[in-house]
Amino acid sequence: MKTHKIKFKLNGETVLAEVKPNEVLIDFLRYKLGVKSPKIGCDRGDCGTCTVIMNGKTVRSCLVLAVEADGSEIITVEGANKNKITQKLQKKLHEKNAFQCGFCAPGMILSATELLTENPKPTKEEIKEAISGNLCRCTGYEPIVQAIEETAKRENGE
Amino acid sequence: MKTKIKEKKQIKEIKKTYSELDAVGKNLNRIDGWEKITAAAKYTDDLEFGPALLYAAIVESPYAFAKIKKIDTSEAVKLDGVVRVVTGKDFPYKFGLYMKDRYVFARDVVRFVGEQVAAVVAKTPEIALKAASLVKVDYEEMTPVLDPVKALEKNSPLVHKDLKNYPHVPWFFPKPDTNIAHWRKTRKGDWEKGFKEADVVFEDTYYVPRYAHCAIEPHSVIGLYDDSGRLTMWTSSQSPFTQRNVFVGALEPFGIKHKDIRVISTYIGGGFGGKAGVSMEIIGAALAVSCKGRPIKVLWNRAQEFYNTYQRQGVVTKIKMGVKKDGKITALEYTLYWDAGAYVEYGANVVNAAGLSSSGPYRIDNLKIDSMCIYTNLPPGGPYRGFGYSEFLFGLESHIDRIAEKINMDPVKFRKINAIKEGDTLPYGAHMNPTGIQEAIDKVSKEIRWGVKEKSKDKNKEIGKSVVCFWKSPAMPPNASSSAFIKFNEDGSLNILVSGMEIGQGLLTVMAQIASEILKVPISKIRVETPDTDRNPYEWQTVGSHVTWGCGNAVKRAAIDAREKIFDLVQRVYCLDRSDLYLEDESVRCKTNPNFKLKFSDFVINGIQAEDHTFKGGPIMGVGMFMPEFASAIGDPETGQGGHPNVHYTTGAAGVILEIDKETGKMKIKKAVLAVDCGKAINPDLVKGQIVGGMLQGFATVLYEDMRFDQNGRLLNPNFSDYKIPTAKDMPEEVVPIIVETPQPDGPFGARGVGEHTMIPCAPLIANAVYNALGVRIKSMPVTKEKVALSLLKEKKS
Repeated sequence: MKTHKIKFKLNGETVLAEVKPNEVLIDFLRYKLGVKSPKIGCDRGDCGTCTVIMNGKTVRSCLVLAVEADGSEIITVEGANKNKITQKLQKKLHEKNAFQCGFCAPGMILSATELLTENPKPTKEEIKEAISGNLCRCTGYEPIVQAIEETAKRENGE
Repeated sequence: MKTKIKEKKQIKEIKKTYSELDAVGKNLNRIDGWEKITAAAKYTDDLEFGPALLYAAIVESPYAFAKIKKIDTSEAVKLDGVVRVVTGKDFPYKFGLYMKDRYVFARDVVRFVGEQVAAVVAKTPEIALKAASLVKVDYEEMTPVLDPVKALEKNSPLVHKDLKNYPHVPWFFPKPDTNIAHWRKTRKGDWEKGFKEADVVFEDTYYVPRYAHCAIEPHSVIGLYDDSGRLTMWTSSQSPFTQRNVFVGALEPFGIKHKDIRVISTYIGGGFGGKAGVSMEIIGAALAVSCKGRPIKVLWNRAQEFYNTYQRQGVVTKIKMGVKKDGKITALEYTLYWDAGAYVEYGANVVNAAGLSSSGPYRIDNLKIDSMCIYTNLPPGGPYRGFGYSEFLFGLESHIDRIAEKINMDPVKFRKINAIKEGDTLPYGAHMNPTGIQEAIDKVSKEIRWGVKEKSKDKNKEIGKSVVCFWKSPAMPPNASSSAFIKFNEDGSLNILVSGMEIGQGLLTVMAQIASEILKVPISKIRVETPDTDRNPYEWQTVGSHVTWGCGNAVKRAAIDAREKIFDLVQRVYCLDRSDLYLEDESVRCKTNPNFKLKFSDFVINGIQAEDHTFKGGPIMGVGMFMPEFASAIGDPETGQGGHPNVHYTTGAAGVILEIDKETGKMKIKKAVLAVDCGKAINPDLVKGQIVGGMLQGFATVLYEDMRFDQNGRLLNPNFSDYKIPTAKDMPEEVVPIIVETPQPDGPFGARGVGEHTMIPCAPLIANAVYNALGVRIKSMPVTKEKVALSLLKEKKS
């Protein structure tokens, strides 16, 4: 199978690679680059555990081909750990014991980071909408929604 | 009577200590919090095994019930990159947790759609998949058994003709030459007389379908059988030690013993019972043994996760209840026909648990329970959060509301009259542990303003309310045990080694809090990690909501052991009176000498220097173990009387305020309340997390989740598009968690378990609230909006 050369930024660092045209981004990130924060939960875009930020927008990396990453900028939690908004959110998530098993956490955190970046004052409904593509089976979502809400409040000095 | 007085005294003693607690009872942050929030936490499929790693693909049965005539692997083997093709011929040994009723790969007969018939091991996942498609299997189809009630008919095909030869635990009672793999009978008092004495006798049937756990992380396993004959298994598991034991059971013919197998469990992405016991992991073990020297990964996809792990069993439940006009239940006859699936090596114990406790948390003197584990040609049933209790409670609590109405009694009052009390005789004859169920009922009723009829602002909507009770005991072998090591580090910090699994519930944090309480080391200085069977001491399994209690007792004892060793040493070196010594702020202190303060960091590894410059002591370690020595699973097979199969029950009550659209049937949970008597909440915030999360999982089973099979036994919805689990938009408007604390005398600081209980009452809550609002009774789960709307329409027409 013919391979394609791609070049993109992953968490601020340039990546040069050759990928097959049918290679899926999640597999490429996890198994070729060893970036393990995005997880595989359903492989068909239902669960959101594979969420990454691509050019500022969250995408399901199980529905994106690796060749599509060419020229893009991708952020996973490994990179977002250095982002100020993410850090503030993480602190709140920790205080609230917001996650249980933690498997959905990377995807959830990136979806919330995207929301808080674009909309610093989200309503509760907007928060629920923003994370409604990230399934969590443990928490009932309540502490996660609260942590996002409180991060936004703190950010806005309320 | 003596025991009761002793227990009362113990409870008093436990309560006295509560005012002095530093770590227990506090809302501390999870010690695994940052690992999970920064994605540093590793799950099984995140581990690296290098370029030598091999991949497996499974050849699956397309039929629910068929004979395997021939398997031709010749084309698959020829494919470049294929290392091995394995079939049932290679593993002629049965395995199972409580009953050995299945092979690693189907041999001769397949018994459910998706069952593993063969596996291909190859250098890449793509080659493995391609090769699996080249394996040719000739089948001879047979008529599948898909309905548990029809499976009991005389002319029904037998799913297991060889049942009489299957080894099983002594508390199972299979009926050879039928489809009944186990029949738990519980008999107490004289139920016929009870029905005669009743003013009202009422019977009906309730239906519960199958459900899927839907942990977001699919099952995964990596096995390496190295050239020295050592088998290491990395598994996403709730039960590393039990897995090791089951692996030995299946692989012993290869000369593999306990000491040769090492199971390592990293963090797991949700379990809910689905990762207890051994399901697909046996394939990983078998393939590793087949390809010596190379690591092999078996990774389940979401569809396989649905159809080839354990499922929550479906059940048809028939209830007959007799009551007096004053509300007293005089008799209960409860028959449960469980659709247990193709293999019941674990699921039969779910049936057993329900058969012992289907009275619910009520005192019923005349009782007849028949809980039947019935083989069908559907995927294997097994443990799922609630372990049979959610299933029997749907019918029981629905029935209670209905029978209360028949005698014109408020259903909450009815429950309060019949609710079980400490010391009451349980269905199998032992006595009930301390319970705060009355307090739970009162608090829940108050929180939902029970008795106050409320109107929706929208005239197309009605508001309904309900209150139900629940109970559950850990279902475990009588000798299920826990153990713990605690070791100090140079700086006075601690490592706790246990094999209870962190499955999201917060076990690591709770164990740290227990040790912190005894040893006066803050939890920020305590590390607890997930188990490795070579390094960590034994734990049976992390199931049944028993680890806070069982493993917590072991940790407490290990901490006390370490403390006593410290006192031994200090007493010896400083000649202080042992009874004056106590621990405070990471130091040893002395009541009679306020200036005496010996910091842990000064001696817990390197000892204490004596006046002659020699050193005394050495690394301080604590060891603790716990086994419920009063438990016994052996009772009379015909009545269930005589044993003490359950260690204790956690009880509680739940309530709901539900708003229903009369046209569409759409339901909105305005308020959900759950009060649970967890004895003592070691970390109340984590208990509340169990309540909020468990209730949403429970509400999903009653509002929309439902496994659908076609007439050939094929699962129609093995994905999250067709089997919907709740998103953030499905949250109740408000959830109110209430903690009741009636100490458990033999629990650590009075604690008993809470994980499963929060899901159990949700189904009857909704069914009863729908009736309360609309007068419509739905007797089969799920209680979907379609069912509600159609029932209303039908009522309108009639």
